[in-house]
Amino acid sequence: MFTNLYINIEARGIKTGFSFLNERAGFDISESPIAYNANSSFLDSFIVGIANTLYVSIFGIVFSTILGVIIGIARLSKIFLVSKLASTYIEVFRNTPLLLQILFWYNVVLVALPNPKQSIQLGADMILNNRGFSVPRPIMEEGFSFVIIAFFASIALVVYLSKVAKRKFEKTGVNTFLLPWNILILFSIPLLVYVIAGNPLSFDDPVLQGFNYKGGMTYTPEFLALAFSLSIYTATFTAEAVRSGIEAVDIGQKEASSDLGLSAYQSLKLVILPQAIRIALPPIISQCLNVVKNSSLAAAVGYPELVTIFSGTALNQTGQAIEIILMTMSVYLCISLIISLVLNYVNKKLEIKGR
Amino acid sequence: MKKILKLSLIAIAVIGMNVNAGTFEKVKKEGVLHCGMSTGFAGFAEMGDDKVWKGFDIDMCRAVAAAVLGDANKLNNHSLTSKERFIALQTGEIDMLARSTTWTYSRDTSLGLNFAGVNYYDGQGFLVAKSLGVKDARELDGATFCLQTGNTTELNLADYFLQHNMEYKSVSYDTDAQVIAGFKAGRCDAITTDQSGLYSKLTVLDKSKYIVLPNIISKEPLGPVVRQGDDRWFNIVKWSLNAMITAEELGITSKNAADLAKNSNNPEIQRLLGVNGNLGEMLGLDAKWAYNIITQVGNYSESFEKHLGVNTPLDIKRGINALWTNGGILYSPPFR
Repeated sequence: MFTNLYINIEARGIKTGFSFLNERAGFDISESPIAYNANSSFLDSFIVGIANTLYVSIFGIVFSTILGVIIGIARLSKIFLVSKLASTYIEVFRNTPLLLQILFWYNVVLVALPNPKQSIQLGADMILNNRGFSVPRPIMEEGFSFVIIAFFASIALVVYLSKVAKRKFEKTGVNTFLLPWNILILFSIPLLVYVIAGNPLSFDDPVLQGFNYKGGMTYTPEFLALAFSLSIYTATFTAEAVRSGIEAVDIGQKEASSDLGLSAYQSLKLVILPQAIRIALPPIISQCLNVVKNSSLAAAVGYPELVTIFSGTALNQTGQAIEIILMTMSVYLCISLIISLVLNYVNKKLEIKGR
Repeated sequence: MKKILKLSLIAIAVIGMNVNAGTFEKVKKEGVLHCGMSTGFAGFAEMGDDKVWKGFDIDMCRAVAAAVLGDANKLNNHSLTSKERFIALQTGEIDMLARSTTWTYSRDTSLGLNFAGVNYYDGQGFLVAKSLGVKDARELDGATFCLQTGNTTELNLADYFLQHNMEYKSVSYDTDAQVIAGFKAGRCDAITTDQSGLYSKLTVLDKSKYIVLPNIISKEPLGPVVRQGDDRWFNIVKWSLNAMITAEELGITSKNAADLAKNSNNPEIQRLLGVNGNLGEMLGLDAKWAYNIITQVGNYSESFEKHLGVNTPLDIKRGINALWTNGGILYSPPFR
């Protein structure tokens, strides 16, 4: 079939092949984590698309997971108001289409925010207007690498200390409360190195110039609306997974832990959650995959991720639909396979080992 | 998005087989013309109160239906986004495309398509709020633009700003409606697209608050498109457009066509209306093909004034779209 396809396309005078990837793209992309301009190639626009997809997906996965765990636990709360709020949240956001939510939040955000000349100033140099959320861009100067090294060194130190404390606990049963010390170590050592290295970090602040703020880092309304909707939509599914995971833990386990004298918090942390996570993880994995795939709805609000840029703009400029759609589909396939491989590995590790 | 995926899959399946059958025979056999057009574009393709699509581009489809089938209403309209249009034509889902499509070198040479002439000479411009105080596009350094993705628009914009050493930002939406929504909400300082499109958008915006800047930054010849490799069909669409232009030039309108067919002594009018000569036969059409176009759709001027002209909300002047005899560049090869 593919030979036939190829022959027929050629016979119709439609251009085929992947040589277009090296041609000049000629269009700009509104936001890009890597350097890109109209002189870049179609291959570059492909990479920018992937980068933006991953960027918004990572935000979505992290926030939806955090939010989902909190809401899932809240739903089981004995306090009436908390549990009702959590279940209302879940029912509302789980049962409306994601595309509508994205459009809703996007248009709400746009209408609610002022124009650049009447921007809302948050703190020192953070600016919020309908062109986006601008924050100072950190610029690392010479010597900043020492600070990074110091940061990792202090993490290593904290890990070592907790190991020592654990050994002590196992030997003597005395629990050492390390948290304040850990925080002190994590902050003070890098800070000390930072001062010794002579403040090797400066900021590029956003400044109002002409039509809009220039400089700094800007999270566009498209990005914010998309990341926000993905997070709160996916969080509902994660919450349900967490809730079902907790409820699936045998009631005897809860009773046993309170009989042992554990507080409600201790029982949740030491007994319930470790078992609940095991049950909840597989459905959470599929939610993470969904975030990546759902991010393609961005085309509606113009966030330049893979589908908008590559199978939208680039497709129309080159007209090579088959090649471009195939490339786009394989990217999603690869991302999904990688995520599920990683999380399945974690899942394997957490599984109850057969006895 | 789903639609484009579907079309691509059809592309794989259909192009995989061979559908290079004559379009003319297919249309004749089915008794209906499948015409690709916009999803909604005031003046060019819009749904009327009577649930019938009308507009300047629709008239192009109607003209071909009148020429081939003798009835301008034997039309099946396919609403397509700018991303879907070429695939729909390549795969044979539609017989022709009349969707404000710019004729460019790369589209003509690498998509397996042919442009059957130009029915509207356009150029890219800018729409801004009057309160912005901008009078010329060169004052737009640093501005943000709302635009619809999948067009020549993005390329022209990049070229123009590169050429004038200015900076800009853009937000590319999927649909026209979102472009207007984003612009109204202040996401961008200006809308940029073909000027006809800007006038079309002005009809849904408050006219007293927005203006179209005088600058035109590109050439956008818009015209009907057909598949490459079907020369007979290509000729039919090309000459249907020319018949409308020539009718205006000869002063034939939908009202006086019947009368002229009977009483005119002008041999050119007689030839076009099928009273004399065998022009229809040469295209493989009925002798009355052009007569049908003119009586059912009208000449170029009638169609233009009905959908785009100064008496419509779009309020577009003929400008360069006037006949060559009236200072424009509209020029049809002779019917001879």
